[in-house]
Amino acid sequence: MDQFFNISVITDNFTYFMIGRFPHGPLGGVGLTLYLAVVSCILSFFGGMFLGLLSISRFAIVRYPTLGFINLVRGMPLLMVIFWMYFLMPALFGKIAENNTVIMALTLFTSAYMSRIVVAGIEGIPKGQTEAAISTGLTSWQLMLYIVLPQGLRNMIPSFVNQFVSLIKDTSLAFIVGVSELTHVATQINNRTMAFPTEIFIFIAVIYFILCYAFTSLSRWLEQRLTWVKAI
Amino acid sequence: MIVFKGVHKWFKTLHVLNDINLHVTPGEVLVVCGPSGSGKSTLIRTINQLEPINEGSLIVDGYDLSDKKTDINKLRAEVGFVFQQFNLYPHLSVISNITLAPTKIRNISKKEAEEQAMVLLTRVGLSEKRDAYPSQLSGGQQQRVAIARALAMKPRIMLFDEPTSALDPEMIGEVLAVMKDLALSGMTMVVVTHEMGFAREVAHRVAFMADGIVLEEAHPEDFFMRPQHERAKQFLRQLLTPMQAECP
Repeated sequence: MDQFFNISVITDNFTYFMIGRFPHGPLGGVGLTLYLAVVSCILSFFGGMFLGLLSISRFAIVRYPTLGFINLVRGMPLLMVIFWMYFLMPALFGKIAENNTVIMALTLFTSAYMSRIVVAGIEGIPKGQTEAAISTGLTSWQLMLYIVLPQGLRNMIPSFVNQFVSLIKDTSLAFIVGVSELTHVATQINNRTMAFPTEIFIFIAVIYFILCYAFTSLSRWLEQRLTWVKAI
Repeated sequence: MIVFKGVHKWFKTLHVLNDINLHVTPGEVLVVCGPSGSGKSTLIRTINQLEPINEGSLIVDGYDLSDKKTDINKLRAEVGFVFQQFNLYPHLSVISNITLAPTKIRNISKKEAEEQAMVLLTRVGLSEKRDAYPSQLSGGQQQRVAIARALAMKPRIMLFDEPTSALDPEMIGEVLAVMKDLALSGMTMVVVTHEMGFAREVAHRVAFMADGIVLEEAHPEDFFMRPQHERAKQFLRQLLTPMQAECP
């Protein structure tokens, strides 16, 4: 009790920190944090691609509403979007699990940011590539699919990873609607034990750091793996 | 095969093409030359509508480019274009650069496309580079791959926009040799170039442009020996003796 750094509060609750009550109850802790982040990330990848492509559409009637939507979402705090989904979705569509409303909120929010990354990636491809492709008769969809996106996506990797790392950190906001991810688990343990807030919050800070650093390193590895990149 | 009639084009207020009237017949090699900013690149880029024209009529291989209903992708598949900056796809190997369009547009099998691509690579002398990436090739090699890529669509017309201008001097020859070989095979070609040796040897006709106007159109022998227009004389003088032209 009087130790400088009480390690036992961590070791005693380690499984709970990592996976919550799983497998006897719902997944929680780091497991749920990663689950929320990974699922939202995959969904926002497609969401961002979709919004990004629409926002540079040739047709103003598609482009302007999309841009309006993107700017609207980017102009709102994530916490508010989480509340929105939490209260609005069940009201509209009946019962939806808290986890899923959080995933929806994170996806919507991150898609808006991802869409700007996608646009930047696409616009970063030299004009000569487009001209070369259309001069052989490729349609604009084929151009996008075979020439622009494969090169653009590679350029987007660092920004995507940044966004994913933000997403990992953003999942901590799910704590506010009672989703038992890492931060929520930490407050629970803190409330139960009362005496070790320093230990508990230093521990989860380290966990968040390790997660984020691991994914940043993964991105570096991924970039190097695409062999044609190295030669440029 | 290519007919310009009263073609005009403006970039905002700049009149880049001013009343162009040109006729290229099948199998003909037309070289377009002129000082920079004269509109020759814009001219060649209108032929596959990389630049749309504003006025006049332009008919290429039966496709009317002034008609909005013309399927421009179809025309582009029939017209090969070679760029100054090569514009190979850096994420694809040499062989994939060449087979992409034929497999996606002509719907031929990958195997067949690769066989045809190897024939073309052999023709441009690069069959051993099939699996290399563009960044591993020299400029001259990249340009030869770009020519093979354009030829893979079996085009009826080939356009070259300053194909040797971005190359080191020692690599120009290898690209010109491929182009000459192509011209001798009877390909219809329009070539924007400063390579007057090539023009003299291979062209059937030379068009000289300045300020968006075709000032002179002549057989190469006539153009080089007896240029009519003052601008053409000046251009040729500068080209042949650049040092003296700069320091009179």
